[in-house]
Amino acid sequence: MSMTVDAALAERFGLTGGEYDKILAVMGRTPTLTELGIFSVMWSEHCSYKSSRIHLRNLPTKAPWVIHGPGENAGVVDIGDGLAAVFKMESHNHPSFIEPYQGAATGVGGILRDVFTMGARPVANLNALRFGDPKAPGTRHIVDGVVRGIGGYGNCVGVPTVGGEVNFHKAFDGNPLVNAMTVGIAPKDRIFLSAAAGVGNPVVYVGSRTGRDGIHGATMSSSEFDEQAASKRPTVQVGDPFTEKLLIEACLELMATDAIVAIQDMGAAGLTSSSVEMAGKGGVGIELVLDDVPQRETGMTAYEMMLSESQERMLMVLRPERTEAARAIFEKWDLDFAVIGHLTDTGRITVTHKGVVEADIPLAPLADDAPLYDRPRLVAEPPARLGWVPDPEGIGNALLHLLACPDLASRAWVWNQYDSDVGGQTVRGPGTADAAIVRVPGTRRGLALTTDCTPRYCQADPHAGARQAVAEAWRNITATGATPLAITDNLNFGNPEKPEIMGQFAEVVKGMAEACKALDFPVVSGNVSLYNETKLPSGLRVSILPTPAIGGLGVIDDVTKAVGYGMPEDCDLVLVGELRGDLGQSLWLREVAGREEGAPPIVDLVAEKRNGDFVRAQILAGNVLACHDLSDGGLLVAVAEMLIASGVGCELVQPRYDSPPYHAHYFAEEQACYIVATKDGAAMTEVAEAAHVPIRRLGRGGGDVLSFWGGLKISVSRLREAHESFFPGFMGN
Amino acid sequence: MKAGIVVFPGTNRERDMAQALRLTSGRPPQMLWHRDTSLPALDLVVLPGGFSFGDYLRSGAMAAHSPIMREIKAFAARGGHVLGVCNGFQILTEAQLLPGALLRNAGMRFLAQDCFLKVENEATVFTSGWRKGAVFRSPMAHGDGNYTVSAEGLARLEGEGRVAFRYCAVDGAVSADDRTLNPNGSINAIAGVLSENGRVCGLMPHPENLVDPDLGATDGVPMFRSLVESLVA
Repeated sequence: MSMTVDAALAERFGLTGGEYDKILAVMGRTPTLTELGIFSVMWSEHCSYKSSRIHLRNLPTKAPWVIHGPGENAGVVDIGDGLAAVFKMESHNHPSFIEPYQGAATGVGGILRDVFTMGARPVANLNALRFGDPKAPGTRHIVDGVVRGIGGYGNCVGVPTVGGEVNFHKAFDGNPLVNAMTVGIAPKDRIFLSAAAGVGNPVVYVGSRTGRDGIHGATMSSSEFDEQAASKRPTVQVGDPFTEKLLIEACLELMATDAIVAIQDMGAAGLTSSSVEMAGKGGVGIELVLDDVPQRETGMTAYEMMLSESQERMLMVLRPERTEAARAIFEKWDLDFAVIGHLTDTGRITVTHKGVVEADIPLAPLADDAPLYDRPRLVAEPPARLGWVPDPEGIGNALLHLLACPDLASRAWVWNQYDSDVGGQTVRGPGTADAAIVRVPGTRRGLALTTDCTPRYCQADPHAGARQAVAEAWRNITATGATPLAITDNLNFGNPEKPEIMGQFAEVVKGMAEACKALDFPVVSGNVSLYNETKLPSGLRVSILPTPAIGGLGVIDDVTKAVGYGMPEDCDLVLVGELRGDLGQSLWLREVAGREEGAPPIVDLVAEKRNGDFVRAQILAGNVLACHDLSDGGLLVAVAEMLIASGVGCELVQPRYDSPPYHAHYFAEEQACYIVATKDGAAMTEVAEAAHVPIRRLGRGGGDVLSFWGGLKISVSRLREAHESFFPGFMGN
Repeated sequence: MKAGIVVFPGTNRERDMAQALRLTSGRPPQMLWHRDTSLPALDLVVLPGGFSFGDYLRSGAMAAHSPIMREIKAFAARGGHVLGVCNGFQILTEAQLLPGALLRNAGMRFLAQDCFLKVENEATVFTSGWRKGAVFRSPMAHGDGNYTVSAEGLARLEGEGRVAFRYCAVDGAVSADDRTLNPNGSINAIAGVLSENGRVCGLMPHPENLVDPDLGATDGVPMFRSLVESLVA
């Protein structure tokens, strides 16, 4: 294609006419091709957050335990003992549709780098995945590739994959969501930041060599898909987890010295964004000599090098007298190490190649003049609450039906391809507790980790759905006994230029902010992924369900106090929380009654906090044998999950006189509710009632059958069979 | 017991192994680098799990040619004790310190799950903490764990009591054809083997991940207790 720089080329690079005019004003001349490339990626939605920034400002980001909130490579919170947890979640949606294995693998690699860039050793990975209808052609291929890709990268790099979630919905047929989260641990006084300092200091490139892969990846992820999406395969990067592993070890070894002034991974927009951000944040200038960049291919141009998204690369500013010691560390790990420039006092980024100045841009306007849009919003009326719904098939059949449905079936087929133990600190891995528990090495302290979102709630009512997503993350951490500290978020939406999508976005941010404030659960990092739409061959554009995936982190002082949800033998079962019996947007309604309607469940944040604080205190006091929150599928599915997890049965008593009708009692997706297994239900009831916490008796754990007061009995093995049938049947072996 | 753990580029379970050895022996092991050309005085050398050199050739093939492997071969020839777990087992077969090879799992997928192992020979420094026929739970996490060996080699392993561990059911039942019991499809459901002198042992599962009561289970402890008691220095 023609590479003459003009408004037409700018448009092909994803810039609007107005944005191109702004570039002309900043530069005072027609930019070079390399300069246009730099502007186009820095001002892409992906890098500039131009549609979302104005709303994101409303999220609460502060708490006494927050060390670094949004704006750094990852969020940092104090976890005690002089240590900090460093964590973030990031999407790799578009690449994972085009090339599922590499898209997902490089998503994991990218988020790992965001965390170890800050000096933290990665200790856990999680991932939130949304796929299309299992019956749609192509879904199976995407599931297979994404799961293999996540496993292939995480297993090799030696970071345990301890949790996450998987949903299916036809709205993701042409646009799956792959949101990867990494958590690391660092000494809290040894956090590395990206702001460059020290005019004259060397700029050092380490890691893999630069190739032509991923050029304009950031631009691609800022536009919609069409029927030609597959032709964009060359813009997907290829991951090398082995090199990443070496890079982790080499960087952490170097970080134990005092050589590093600033460090930044080369993620989206590679060398461009890392150099621009480091110099820009530090208020200095930067001069790069591209002839010195380690290259994998011959004949690369400045434009290609600046826009390449080759993986497993980092950029550092070093203290000059430590450069040779640093080089020795990277040579020991067989990694490339090259001084490719130095800091200047010009406030400009200057790029030269073969003696030609290929780019010379003032940094301040590149950052400060980045477009910022307050896009028009259309907020839909929330749907009416669902009225009475008849029960078409009875309790027992509905339970078996639900346990086997794609959104509730056992995910063992997925987890069993992820190494969840490597590192030797996994206390609770996938499928055993509401949140994964990973011990902090050298202590008895544990991190509780979860990812949560219910996209169908967010579609029906973005505001209520966002409150629910945050509350559920908080609740899942609480149900293990841990104290929730902070979240990272990954906001996945359709095309922000459509007012109804921007309306969803704004309402979601509002709902999240309310829940985060009420639950003392600030946002410390995050990522926005827009343009998640697919153009069907018919020409129709389909948007994904709005999906604000929440990655929650909590801490528990002693991992041996954490509880899982496997039903214990010989225990009392109580339910903490209030039952409303609203089946709106429930999986029962969709899977059993065949309807997707109504309003999502009400999230009462005061009740959420009160009930959760009560349950946590009971767990930490040693009064709780197992605990499971209510979520997808409602009360009876939660009971069944507890039974399947341990093989132990239970006997349910008749619901109290004031309960909703049986099917609503058992399948409404109640919020702020926990099933608690305890030795002495009467004693716990007394304490709860004194504290005005709603509590009711559910039954007793024991045996190997789920039995109801009316005589209905279902063996735990039958429940398990139903639960485990979907994935192997869908995917084969 | 003085133990050393070898780190190759791409090794990733060295911390798990070090933690297990420290917990069970009370002393921290020494970390050894793949380029080392001499070994310190040791009672046990451990090759831990991971993806040495990315396993981009055959699993373990590159590591088997590392400088330190020359020293380990000499150490084994002198009667030294060597344990290889997962990638370590793969390296030991590639270095021909143990017979056979580890192929892609029968289902062609990476498998990370719990399995049950049956102790087939209790008369070794690796297994004396168990009784013959004992069954224990262990995590496994590998893509290439499908053990195979020539017919002649298999006859020798079986005849000489050199099968250390076999995949089995919780009650000890073994069925090589049942993938729920023998997940990676290994011949005769073999999970771990011994050298002729019984002093080199390789196995695919990870008993080192089940030694810490704070993590919920201690099924792997007898292996380390066996080593500590046998290799008192």
